Amino acid sequence: MLTKNAAGVKARKRLCMTVNGRAVEIEIDIRESLLDVLRDRLQFTGVKQGCSVGECGACTVLLDGTPVNSCIYLAAWAHGKTVVTIEGLAQDGKLPPVQEAFVDEGAIQCGFCTPGVVLSTTAMVDSGKCFTHDEVRRELSGHLCRCTGYQKIVDAAERALREAEIAADEHPV
Amino acid sequence: MIGASSIRKEGRAKVLGTAIYTDDKFMSGALHGLTVRSEVPRGILRAIHFGEGIPWEEFTLVTAADIPGTNLVASVVDDQPFLVGIGEEITHSQQAVLLLAHADRHLAEKARRAVRLEIEELPAVLDIQSSLDLQPLIYGTSNLLKEIRIAKGDPDPIWAQAAHVIEGEYRTGAQEQMYIEPNAMLSVVEPKDGLLQVTVWGSLQCPYYVHGALKQLFGLPEKQVRVVAMEMGGAFGGKEDYPSVNGGHAALLAWKSGKPVRLIYDREEDLACTTKRHPSRTRLRTAFDADGNLLALEADFILDGGAYATLSPVVLSRGAVHAAGVYRCPHVRIHARAVATNTPPPGAFRGFGAPQSLFAMERHMDRCARKLGLDAVELRRKNFLRMGDTMATGQVIREDLDLAGLMDRALASIGYRDKRAAFALINEDDSPIKRGVGFSVFMHGCGFTGNGESHVASVAGVEGLADGTVAVLAASTEMGQGKNTVFAQIVAEALQLHVELVDTAPVDTDHVPNSGPTVASRSTMMVGRILEDAAIGFKQALVQQGFLAEPYTPESFQAAVAKAVATLGTLRCYGQYHRPPNIQWDDVTYQGDAYPTYSWACYAAEVAVDLDTFEVKVADFVAVQEVGRVVNPTLAAGQIEGGVAQGIGWGLWEEVTMQRGRMINNQMTNYIIPTSVDLPRIQVIFLENAHAGGPGGAKGIGELPMDGPAPAVVNALENALGALRLDEVPMTPDRLLERCEEVSHG
Repeated sequence: MLTKNAAGVKARKRLCMTVNGRAVEIEIDIRESLLDVLRDRLQFTGVKQGCSVGECGACTVLLDGTPVNSCIYLAAWAHGKTVVTIEGLAQDGKLPPVQEAFVDEGAIQCGFCTPGVVLSTTAMVDSGKCFTHDEVRRELSGHLCRCTGYQKIVDAAERALREAEIAADEHPV
Repeated sequence: MIGASSIRKEGRAKVLGTAIYTDDKFMSGALHGLTVRSEVPRGILRAIHFGEGIPWEEFTLVTAADIPGTNLVASVVDDQPFLVGIGEEITHSQQAVLLLAHADRHLAEKARRAVRLEIEELPAVLDIQSSLDLQPLIYGTSNLLKEIRIAKGDPDPIWAQAAHVIEGEYRTGAQEQMYIEPNAMLSVVEPKDGLLQVTVWGSLQCPYYVHGALKQLFGLPEKQVRVVAMEMGGAFGGKEDYPSVNGGHAALLAWKSGKPVRLIYDREEDLACTTKRHPSRTRLRTAFDADGNLLALEADFILDGGAYATLSPVVLSRGAVHAAGVYRCPHVRIHARAVATNTPPPGAFRGFGAPQSLFAMERHMDRCARKLGLDAVELRRKNFLRMGDTMATGQVIREDLDLAGLMDRALASIGYRDKRAAFALINEDDSPIKRGVGFSVFMHGCGFTGNGESHVASVAGVEGLADGTVAVLAASTEMGQGKNTVFAQIVAEALQLHVELVDTAPVDTDHVPNSGPTVASRSTMMVGRILEDAAIGFKQALVQQGFLAEPYTPESFQAAVAKAVATLGTLRCYGQYHRPPNIQWDDVTYQGDAYPTYSWACYAAEVAVDLDTFEVKVADFVAVQEVGRVVNPTLAAGQIEGGVAQGIGWGLWEEVTMQRGRMINNQMTNYIIPTSVDLPRIQVIFLENAHAGGPGGAKGIGELPMDGPAPAVVNALENALGALRLDEVPMTPDRLLERCEEVSHG
């Protein structure tokens, strides 16, 4: 494996980031995407590869709380940042409300888009903002799903947002 | 159990990200496989040149010359090679010529680009008409992959006598399944007890199709081949026949290298080379009396079948049987042909030929109503099939069929009459937005066409496990449709157990019997029925052998199973498909019961067209269907909603653009499927009418929702814009503009 390219520039880099609450330090090739590092090197296979061009959203992860398409995000850019993948949401095997809503509403079919949509919905819930129905549809429009026609995904997201709102009213911060 | 919205069995694993799809399966030391393809549509392969700068000695390379068994993919017709050899004919632009594998994925990709194929090009056939004209002859003696004729009565004397004869030509484009998980295979080939053992793990709908293909490819007996279905990220038919090809490729590389090989397509390769929905051209001629009664129907139905037969003969068969639609007609003649072209072969896609012929028929009925000066609702009502009527193949409708009731329910739900009246007024405004509402009425045959079920003679079973729970033994695969859950519900119902006590055994050909392919809206109705029988046999065996006394509780049943397994070791009971005595079919004359039963539906759509941009928005959609008893309402609604989304996509946006026989918009950026902002809330209504042949009264459901949306949406466009040549899907903005210009230019 090359460590320098023709111009004498180092093609490898030491990457430090936090993934699902744990500090990770790993040497990467600077051409690697965050998706490749998460899947191939760190075995977070819940991050899915659907298109490699930032179109389908299956590879979505939360980067400092914001959803990004990890397939078109260089791993090197994640240096010093916090990454959450689908594997990082549930604690002690208990489903958080967003995931619970997806299971209960029948929002999952083949499941390949599910990790990405769940992470984007989680980011919406965590933002503490209110979303109209049209805004929910727009927020999720970066996730292609071929199974559901989006109906039950939107229902699950709205349910999770509603429940979070009620919880916030009952236990104001 | 049956009728309850039980929670999806594998939902939790999927939402946690722990479900293992093919590319997620870790395998130490695996090589990355890649495929080198022809790029020209037709020619003779003269040589393969390996470019400089690549350490070729490190690569595993497989050509046609290496193939140990038969270089033909086992299918309906064995005409497709796994790899084309030197001196042999290349018949489409994605033809596989060379397989290569290396541990370094990036180096493997570099190597693929360094291969140059020397091909002597030949003239190619790239469309239906050139194929029919034999310009040039490329397949057999006629360019026909399959030809079917269906005849009822004699239409010929009718044309001259009838008050009205109306003709039309309709076209539908190719469509990509666009499962979000691209095609993926993983293989290991190694000796076991002195014998070669070929194993493939993959994203595949039909384990025993791949099993059969591998046996033929390697010339091995059944026992030496094993196929395992992994979690599957969608399929829609796109992983029905193709996995026999890429599964074979992965296994060839694993065999030659002696190492595990991953063959994971990227999206561009998947779109360019795997199967699509067949493009079609349908010419219809119908005769009506002065009152609008349908007297005769003639259909000339043609599918572009691509370079090899694949599943075209059976796709054609379903399309032909559905061509006369849901109407009573005394004189019918259907001529159906699948023609060869030098394009990557299309294959299975949800609907399987029926969406094409039903689009033609349901657009034609609206055009006929307009020409006859009748209301589209009343013209259909007058001509609907009813109990006792005979379909085109001579099949008698034996069920209590109420299509008028279905239609009225759908039209009332969308507010059809009020919207028609309101839109007629508001469309007079200067606003560029024109609104319309339209509908379609259609059916979908459940299970295989004709004698398919008898040929496959599916077997499925149930097994008692040591903890007293029950496992379903079937090769039917979970692709998101909910098979795991529905099968568990059916078995739980038959055994009077909680659904939590029934689960699915891993779909592994070493462990589960051949319950047939997971296709044709057949799993719930056909395999479910076999499972119902197997479950009852299982219970009876427990009773007869003294482990269980009736009546029992779920707890005592579980204890009985645990005790029986502890005593006997294994406890399995199987059932097999038996043709009901009242179902008869003749493959030669195409007469008889084409399907054991049909699901029936009326879909209604409201559209808004922007005449500044020619964008079409589907503003409202109602799907009313009669699918027998609904086993799981949430999963069933999910099937309908997803199918409607795919149908709307096919009708409006999804266009495969071909250039020199190659798809050139083979990226998700350029092939447009609906997103969450492109679709309205889809109202799903089930009218339940239990079907005696299905488990708990269920019928097939998976493909039905693909058939109705495109004609409903295009009929709505006609209501919005008036009589245009709306004879083709997808009705993209460009195409719609073109049709509007035809009218304004006279």
